[in-house]
Amino acid sequence: MTARLAFDEQLKLLNSELTNMAAMVERAIEGAAVVVQEGDAEGAQKIIDSDGLINTQERDIERLCLKLLLQQQPVASDLRNISAALKMITDLERIGDQAADICEIVMNLPKAKRLLNIEHLPKMAKTTSSMVHCAIAAFVESDIEKVNAVLSMDDEVDALFDAARDEIVADIRQGGPNESEAMDFLMIAKYFERIGDHAENIAEWAEYSINGIHKGHQLYQG
Amino acid sequence: MNVKLSVSDLDLYYGDFQALKSVDLDMFEKEITAFIGPSGCGKSTLIKTLNRMNDLVEGCRIMGKVTLDGEDIYKDIEVSTLRKRVGMVFQKPNPFPMSVFDNVAFGPRTHGVKSKAELEEIVERSLRDAAIFDELKDRMKKSAMGLSGGQQQRLCIARALAVEPEVLLLDEPTSALDPISTSKIEELLASLKKDYTIVIVTHNMQQALRISDKTAFFLLGEVIEHGDTETIFSLPKDKRTEDYITGRFG
Repeated sequence: MTARLAFDEQLKLLNSELTNMAAMVERAIEGAAVVVQEGDAEGAQKIIDSDGLINTQERDIERLCLKLLLQQQPVASDLRNISAALKMITDLERIGDQAADICEIVMNLPKAKRLLNIEHLPKMAKTTSSMVHCAIAAFVESDIEKVNAVLSMDDEVDALFDAARDEIVADIRQGGPNESEAMDFLMIAKYFERIGDHAENIAEWAEYSINGIHKGHQLYQG
Repeated sequence: MNVKLSVSDLDLYYGDFQALKSVDLDMFEKEITAFIGPSGCGKSTLIKTLNRMNDLVEGCRIMGKVTLDGEDIYKDIEVSTLRKRVGMVFQKPNPFPMSVFDNVAFGPRTHGVKSKAELEEIVERSLRDAAIFDELKDRMKKSAMGLSGGQQQRLCIARALAVEPEVLLLDEPTSALDPISTSKIEELLASLKKDYTIVIVTHNMQQALRISDKTAFFLLGEVIEHGDTETIFSLPKDKRTEDYITGRFG
């Protein structure tokens, strides 16, 4: 028996809008990886432009959440879902910014240097994109296993960052990039690593929506 | 926190119908405990049991124990003493058809206070405690029946406070009031909490959230879940509590 058809419809809408936003962000991460590998200026511009769409999507979801808080005065799992969604979209939006930042760095490199041959960067991009997908799926499907999967993927990303940094240092020693370029390469690796951290945040809020625990702490203890 | 009222293994029958089933519940001193649940779940029955309002209901049988400061209210305390210590306010404001002053002085007079000066002092203090003295100080001799619903309800709270109870029971005290009167009563209860133990039955979930420290959820005569209000409304343990407070039934 249910007495809240309209509210349930709006919660479904919230889930589908979040999934859409996550898909936009995943495309941005994967696109940034292609830009890094191929030095594609046109592709870079597309990702920078798509960041505006991600920002608009964030505003739309934020408005929906605030409307639900106002109209439904949610409690229990409804309160956890809506407040978690509000936190998650901030991280998704930041990931969009960072994908665009990566593209800007590549665009600002001299044309001949735009082909970054750092083996670990595509792996970082692939893993972080999976993390975002998995974190949102954890939320939508209330699946705690997926939360744990995201947390262990973040450890992989951290290890990949260390490996990418070692790779850049080795390239410098072999007379590869100059100081300024090396800094840019390291920044790109760091942005991917930060994207992993944001995806981890999203997974942590997904866990909160499922069981009320955030980073190992019960947020409500009276 | 000390336990003020304690209900243990309480069964209550109206004839063949069992209205309360094995209820165990502690209510703590100087806290507000809210009873929530769908109509017919037993919450009003239990609040009435706390000052023996069910005694005269025909066919009502009560088994189990209710204690006030450790004393059994059905064995160790006289009903009149119990009602002095445990006051009650009902859903519909029920001022007596007499003046504002006489309404509030009614209880103390019944308990033997005769001095005019003492009665005046009690009436003023009770009206002040009920946050309505300023509104009524020039209308003491006027009939209480002419007051607004919100004023009548605060007058009834003042009347309950006049006999200096330790516990205040309120059965849906704001369900007949507008939002402004409701918020005045809620603020009043929050300020009374420092001196009294308060138990409130409410159908308004947001009200339970706003004012209570503890919440007990009732269903079909049983206490399904009882605990800190914030925890009950954010992370209920029982699916039936979750379904009720999120509006999936009831």
